[in-house]
Amino acid sequence: MRTGQTEQLDVGLAGRKTGPVLEVRDLSVCYQTKRGTVRAVEDVSFDLASGEFLGIVGESGCGKSTLLFAIAQLLSPPAVLDGGSVTFQGTDLVNLTEDQLASIRWKKLSVVMQSAMNALNPVKTIGAQFTDAMRAHGVRSKEEITQRSVEVLRMVGIDPVHLNSYAHQLSGGMRQRSMIAMALLFTPDLVIMDEPTSALDVVAQRSLMIQIKELQQQLGFAIIFVTHDMSLVSHFSDRLMVMYAGQVAELGSTRSVFDSPRHPYSVGLLDAFPSIRGPKVPLTGIPGSPPDLARPPEGCRFAPRCPQVQDRCKEAPVRLYHVEDVLVRCIRVGNGVGPGD
Amino acid sequence: MRFLLRRAAFFVLTLWACVTLNFLLPRLMPGNPAIALLAKFHGRLSPVALKAIEIAFGVNTKQNLAAQYIGYLHDLVTGNLGTSLTFFPTPVSVVIRGAILYTLGLVGVTTILAFILGTLIGIVGAWRRGGWLDSILPPVFVITSAIPYFWVGMLLILVFGIQLHWFPYDFAYDPSLSPSLSPSFIGNVIEHSILPAVAILITSIGGWILTMRNTMITTLAEDYVKMARAKGLSGRRIMLDYAARNAILPNLSGFAMSVGFIVSGAVLVEFVFNYNGLGYLLVQALDAEDYPLMQALFLLITVAVLVAILLADIVTAILDPRTRSAG
Amino acid sequence: MAILTGAALGEPAPGVAQPGGQAHAGQAIARIWRAIRSNKKAFAGAVLLAIFTFLAIFPWAIARDNPQAEIYGRSLGPSAAHWLGTTSYGQDLFAQAVWGTRETLIIAVVSGALSTFLSVIMGLAAGYLGGTWDAVLNFITDVLLVVPTFPLLIIIVAYLPGIGVPGLIAVLVVTGYSYGARQLRAQTLSIRSRDYLEAARVRGERSIYVIMVEIIPSMTSLIVATFLGTAVYNVLAAAGLQFLGLGNPDSVSWGTMLYWAQNNEALQTDQYMWALIPGALIGLLGAAFALLNYAFDEISNPALARVPITRTRHLNPVMRRLSANRAD
Repeated sequence: MRTGQTEQLDVGLAGRKTGPVLEVRDLSVCYQTKRGTVRAVEDVSFDLASGEFLGIVGESGCGKSTLLFAIAQLLSPPAVLDGGSVTFQGTDLVNLTEDQLASIRWKKLSVVMQSAMNALNPVKTIGAQFTDAMRAHGVRSKEEITQRSVEVLRMVGIDPVHLNSYAHQLSGGMRQRSMIAMALLFTPDLVIMDEPTSALDVVAQRSLMIQIKELQQQLGFAIIFVTHDMSLVSHFSDRLMVMYAGQVAELGSTRSVFDSPRHPYSVGLLDAFPSIRGPKVPLTGIPGSPPDLARPPEGCRFAPRCPQVQDRCKEAPVRLYHVEDVLVRCIRVGNGVGPGD
Repeated sequence: MRFLLRRAAFFVLTLWACVTLNFLLPRLMPGNPAIALLAKFHGRLSPVALKAIEIAFGVNTKQNLAAQYIGYLHDLVTGNLGTSLTFFPTPVSVVIRGAILYTLGLVGVTTILAFILGTLIGIVGAWRRGGWLDSILPPVFVITSAIPYFWVGMLLILVFGIQLHWFPYDFAYDPSLSPSLSPSFIGNVIEHSILPAVAILITSIGGWILTMRNTMITTLAEDYVKMARAKGLSGRRIMLDYAARNAILPNLSGFAMSVGFIVSGAVLVEFVFNYNGLGYLLVQALDAEDYPLMQALFLLITVAVLVAILLADIVTAILDPRTRSAG
Repeated sequence: MAILTGAALGEPAPGVAQPGGQAHAGQAIARIWRAIRSNKKAFAGAVLLAIFTFLAIFPWAIARDNPQAEIYGRSLGPSAAHWLGTTSYGQDLFAQAVWGTRETLIIAVVSGALSTFLSVIMGLAAGYLGGTWDAVLNFITDVLLVVPTFPLLIIIVAYLPGIGVPGLIAVLVVTGYSYGARQLRAQTLSIRSRDYLEAARVRGERSIYVIMVEIIPSMTSLIVATFLGTAVYNVLAAAGLQFLGLGNPDSVSWGTMLYWAQNNEALQTDQYMWALIPGALIGLLGAAFALLNYAFDEISNPALARVPITRTRHLNPVMRRLSANRAD
């Protein structure tokens, strides 16, 4: 573990490693149900640079959590990877066996799940679960294990005495932070987080986010952060991806996407968040509900709810258009017409 | 700890309820059955014995119900379970003592074996979903668990006892031998218990396999199992440490629930094999209308079930830290 | 028993209430029937049950002989005249087996239905009313749950000699309702605090309304599972009691057939059919209920759906994972 610490310093001082840490190409996931095939994630592609913070936002059911699990190779039946590649540090994870994946898991790529109460084994102590992970990757000495466990708990601000506690004995915020501590046991290069703040109150949310950002700057890992709370993540992310109905609706730097959203859905999302300052504007939602992914619409998936829909939107599936430094899946925007026209 | 205290309190309370039930039952039946009994045995038993029955069952006594109840409780606590009518004049407690070990051995051992084996097979079956184990086992065991215990017993007697002469199928031991602790006698007992044990095993294991498999499958969908996969833990560790350790908890309480059911099966198996354990004794008592013996056996069986449940609760408390804190 | 968990994407389990509205019992039953037809196990169970029901209602259509007439040669083996042979009293075994279906099926269905009914009342009342009602009802149920039912049955029936079928059913119901009641109580407790029930209460609906219209339809699958499970148990328990000679030995049922077979040492005297056929039939009936129950579990908990065996050794890891993950 001491070598690990030196590594961190090197990365921090010498600068980030070069090359994208993650390249996702045309990733698709489908579920087999009695009603037919549900295409939960469709042709998602993006790159993630080393140390980058990518936020993925969208409403419930848009496929963002499924996308995360697909990337981490953690899908369970009936969900199935239906095509595409996930290249992590040069290796395509999709074609690896469980054994081959095991050496990457947790050491280079770790996961933080939404509800720590459900993600922590209720019958084992926190410390035992840390030990599990370390033993699985060859760390044998009890001394080393304890030392590292204490270290990561301190990093997230938890008293190491809780190594002997069970999940149900900790508060919600502490549980979540201990999950993050566990994810950082091997200082991985990529941490995937599935709505880690959703179960917390507003104050705890913000303090957790700040802590995550600090840890990221300290240790240099990349983050993919899934949430439905766009305004929360926009304060911390480098880039933002908006997902709708299993597809990428908009993808670009946070400033671009957040300050001037182009896809009508992104516009709607942002308008739905009231702003504390500024003039009073009527709160608008987005009428309608997401499409049935077993029978998606012929053309643009957002067309049924889009305030600027045109006939050509419903004809054929829409591709992603390059507009300035942002990718947008909208015909109007792609052809130079602004979303407001 | 509060959890265990609560379970212990339940144990005591239920014990009391069963003891009282035992007391009330004959007195609640239309026409106290003891009256018919007394008529039957009139002239065949000494007046002392008849009087004892009267007192035990509350016939013709000057005492009111409360006094009878106290007398009944007193008798129980001092181990006076009455005199058996079938084996007159042997006291009931002696009769029971002669049979209890055989039943404990047969039923006790087989049940635990069935639970352990069934649980293990269920775990593996759920872990290897889609494998041959998972596809063949459930329908097979659904069917075997619906087969009556005694039918399996009869089949075994027919095939392995009568046709093939491989195993004896009558009694717990050769009637010509007298019970002792000698190895040859013990060997004889074991020989006689093989067929009944197999009968119980075949019919009861199905239930364990199925319930364990179903709970495992639900547990395998939990987030912490996914987390374990994400951490790169070995398949075996996930299966045992994360899935099975959690899945077995509802099964333990199910075990407690079904001990009563197992006991019923045991009664029938003993009957079919003439295996002189407690179940067989119960049926004999039934035929002879030996109420004192029947009552005592019922009470004993109930106590055994309650103890088994308490043990299962203790094991649950050991395995599940949540019960220990919540209380 | 049915474990009601979240279903696959967009697929509500039949009979489970969705937030914002309840599944009407009628819709649930229609969906159940469709599911039975598509699930092989349920279909097998349903077919078996249908056959037995036919035999129970129209025994004379299949077996001409009077099952109790002791007019034939004794202890004959199977032949063209007597498909299963005869008993040592000269009765036709096949006729006994067919006519015996009626009593056994009646016991199973009636005691199962009454027991489930009692379970619903006790379980729901305890769960919904709460407080002292809950404590008292629950205690009674727990005690009856723990007391070993078969010995209790033996004792009760022993005290009441010559008990007929109605008495047998009554005793089975009282001793057997507890398992279902416990499950229903647990389920009631868990949904009691759900929003749509609060909404009904706020609307001013009376408790009875809430129970009948909102709660019960949402538990149809659990209630059906309870019925099927109790039916299996009661078939076996009733047969067991009759086997021991506690029923009415003069009635015609599979259990009493076994009683007479055992009494006449059928196994030892090479009268295999007499001893084995009734037991096999009991097992089949029990299996029919059990299959339906098991398939029902699969239907209401999609995670349990059968994953087909596929020969995937030769495929590369991606394809193997794809095929293994494909659900039924």
